[in-house]
Amino acid sequence: MSVLNVQNLCVHFDTSDGVIESVKDISFKIEKGQCLGIVGESGSGKSQSFLAAMGLLAKNGSASGAVQLDGQEILNSPISSLNKLRGKDVGMIFQDPLTALTPHLKIGQQMTEVLHVHTSHSRSDARRHCLDWLQRVRIPDAEKRLNQYPHELSGGMRQRVMIAMAMLCSPKLLIADEPTTALDVTVQAEVLDLISELQEEQGTAVALITHDMGVVARMCDYVQVMRLGKFVEEGPVDSVFENPSHEYTQQLLQAMPRIDATHPIKVQSTPNLLLDAKDIKVHFPFKVGGHLFSRSVPLRAVDGVSFTLNEGETLGIVGESGCGKSTLARALIRLIEPTSGDVSWLGKNLTQLDKNAMTQARRDLQIVFQDPFASLDPRMTISDSIAEPLRTFRPELTSRERRELVQDMMNRVGLDASMTNRYPHELSGGQNQRVGIARAMINKPKLIICDEAVSALDVSIQAQILELLKKLQAEFGMSLLFISHDLSVVKEISDRVMVLYLGRIVELGSSTDVCTNPAHPYTQALISAVPIPDPKLERSRERIRLTDELSSPLDPKAFLRFLPSKIDSNEIDYVPKLSEVAPGHFVAEHDNVV
Amino acid sequence: MRDARDRFLRNKAAIACMAVLFLIVVFVLVGPQFSQWSNEEIDWDALGDIQTMGAPSLESGHYFGTDELGRDLFARTIQATGTSLLVGLIGSAMALILGTAWGVIAGYVGGRTDNIMMRLVDILLAIPTTLVIILILIIAGRSFVALFVALGAVSWLTMARIVRAQTLALKNREFIEAARAGGVSETMIVFRHILPNLFGVVIVYASLLIPEMILSESFISFLGLGISEPYTSLGALIAQGAGTMAYGTLWQLLFPLFFYVAIILTMFFIGDGLRDALDPKDR
Repeated sequence: MSVLNVQNLCVHFDTSDGVIESVKDISFKIEKGQCLGIVGESGSGKSQSFLAAMGLLAKNGSASGAVQLDGQEILNSPISSLNKLRGKDVGMIFQDPLTALTPHLKIGQQMTEVLHVHTSHSRSDARRHCLDWLQRVRIPDAEKRLNQYPHELSGGMRQRVMIAMAMLCSPKLLIADEPTTALDVTVQAEVLDLISELQEEQGTAVALITHDMGVVARMCDYVQVMRLGKFVEEGPVDSVFENPSHEYTQQLLQAMPRIDATHPIKVQSTPNLLLDAKDIKVHFPFKVGGHLFSRSVPLRAVDGVSFTLNEGETLGIVGESGCGKSTLARALIRLIEPTSGDVSWLGKNLTQLDKNAMTQARRDLQIVFQDPFASLDPRMTISDSIAEPLRTFRPELTSRERRELVQDMMNRVGLDASMTNRYPHELSGGQNQRVGIARAMINKPKLIICDEAVSALDVSIQAQILELLKKLQAEFGMSLLFISHDLSVVKEISDRVMVLYLGRIVELGSSTDVCTNPAHPYTQALISAVPIPDPKLERSRERIRLTDELSSPLDPKAFLRFLPSKIDSNEIDYVPKLSEVAPGHFVAEHDNVV
Repeated sequence: MRDARDRFLRNKAAIACMAVLFLIVVFVLVGPQFSQWSNEEIDWDALGDIQTMGAPSLESGHYFGTDELGRDLFARTIQATGTSLLVGLIGSAMALILGTAWGVIAGYVGGRTDNIMMRLVDILLAIPTTLVIILILIIAGRSFVALFVALGAVSWLTMARIVRAQTLALKNREFIEAARAGGVSETMIVFRHILPNLFGVVIVYASLLIPEMILSESFISFLGLGISEPYTSLGALIAQGAGTMAYGTLWQLLFPLFFYVAIILTMFFIGDGLRDALDPKDR
């Protein structure tokens, strides 16, 4: 008998615009100890189908069909009987571990609450049980964590707590809704390993909802591809990945950038130096200590980064959250003033320019932001947003000429002319990102910085935007600084790649060199953590684990994470030097241990 | 902007309220033509027996009846409505302009400027409002202008705080950074990106401020510092009407109260309509 058996499930939402069918007649089964992957892009209804099964739909939603948990019908049963199941027979893990934990309750209190509802453990028993599970999900200092608040733990740690909580009553089914989307790749790798270990040890059935084909390849036995509320393809992982029969699955697999793919490298005839950054440092004052006797310590967000960028070249900047990649980008164009260092731009020193000269220079330095909604003024139509740089730098244009230029640019980035007077909230994320790119491109700048420009988008949209950027680059010959946490995306578009760790370069070289021949242990770990959408390859790969999580840049020892010999010899302020291991391939000094 | 107007015109409640407000204004302007009494005259015949002689009737020319002193309530209500409308509009307009400017500058410039400007607001807020108003009215003497200045002087403080908080939230949004990266000057950022995004909050607060102004004016009048006899305001009329309610002269309360409630309700709906109209998300 299967753990979860869903038959002909339909979900409707009553909205002011009429009834919306978000899930249309889907059926699936999950067997004991099996991991079912449900893949689809945002809005495909993959989360809604599980929320419906658990009776967690929003008020205007209704579900029909049949859902059996261990042979017992649970769909639309009263809340009191569902409450007995939730947490006991079914555990759920959500995408965002910070919002899924109550901020004012200590970890221990939140965990014992679950036990309190479902079991008759005594208080000390419950606590022991929680501690046991925290240790099983490998949280360091588990005893101490029980008395901490959620905000004191890092994202990866919080997700482990969530998993421990979901597993407390040894559920038969674990529903993981995008459990690693908000996490860094190295942390993602560990969390995924943890889930699959639990699945084996406890025989728990796992329903993994994700948009990432790589994660599916790593984790799942069986996969369902969902689109617009329907399953378009299903089957064992190997066969779906090898012979995707449905067009949409093929599209999804193609859209995934792969770190093991090879790209032809653009050959530049005359490298023309555009930007030369020397020893950029950005330090923020950070207060430590009590209110009265606080002292300020510099938080070294970017700590001595030097690189060059040629005309028409794409340089990728990779690193995990908190490594200073966005700060570096903003310091380059002085959205944040760098603490020290020089940026030479076409022979001028940007950091020395006065306000007016800097404004003039901005015409050739544009930036595309991560969140397409937040980076557009909600009260401006998209054509006004695109036209804004024109109004600043070419005030001599008449409104008609301006409109023509905007129309032309909208055409080039693939926005329909009928959208001229739309507002950002009326467009999708991908369309808004096109608006952001159009705004950056309208004055034909020489450099565009893309700060996580595709991270918030679905894979197929992401592929389209990357394609668009390449096309525009071929057409206008601008340089790109492409910042992302996703190494496979960076590899797809970049000529050279720079890997940052805690504000310092650990490796810099051509994208093929860095991805196929990583010399620094951090780069190696990063690459091995990136999931590849190929189940066979993915399972045979050996993972290099970093034993601890990204440490705080306030801890001076963290900077020497890969050079412990200097910590031992008490040279805490030592700065690892870059050495050239191959032509154009630089690697930071490190010891040969991880 | 045309877009916003279209959206406002589609809001039926707001349009109806605009019509009602328009009728009230017309009543204030044209009403005196139809009045058979002036607001100062005392009807000595009615004075003796307010309850019967002073009741609303078409024959005696007292359409709304008379007040306790036998003065025509129709003329007095017209005069009072005009005063209250002016007080409400001018008072909240002052708060709107001064408070928004102060809050935006403090919030956007930030740092020490922000600290100094907001501490000043805190200090002023700590002094009881009534005291400030009384002081201003005593120093400047009792006049319409002094009353507006006094009301405006206290009403902008909360507005400044609200606007500053909103500005602080807005100025760290990515689209401001995007504008800065696009070379837009700081003044232009404030005018083009910050102010339009403040509209919603500011308009709603201003529309709430109008009834508040009308109320505080009536309180000051009650203290004998506001509008002086023979001029009057709705607040003062309602206070008098409420005082004589027990003697069976209910019209003395109901007529001014009707206009007062009508003005406040229309202001709320118009403010609501404006906010929705200015927010493109509601399109």
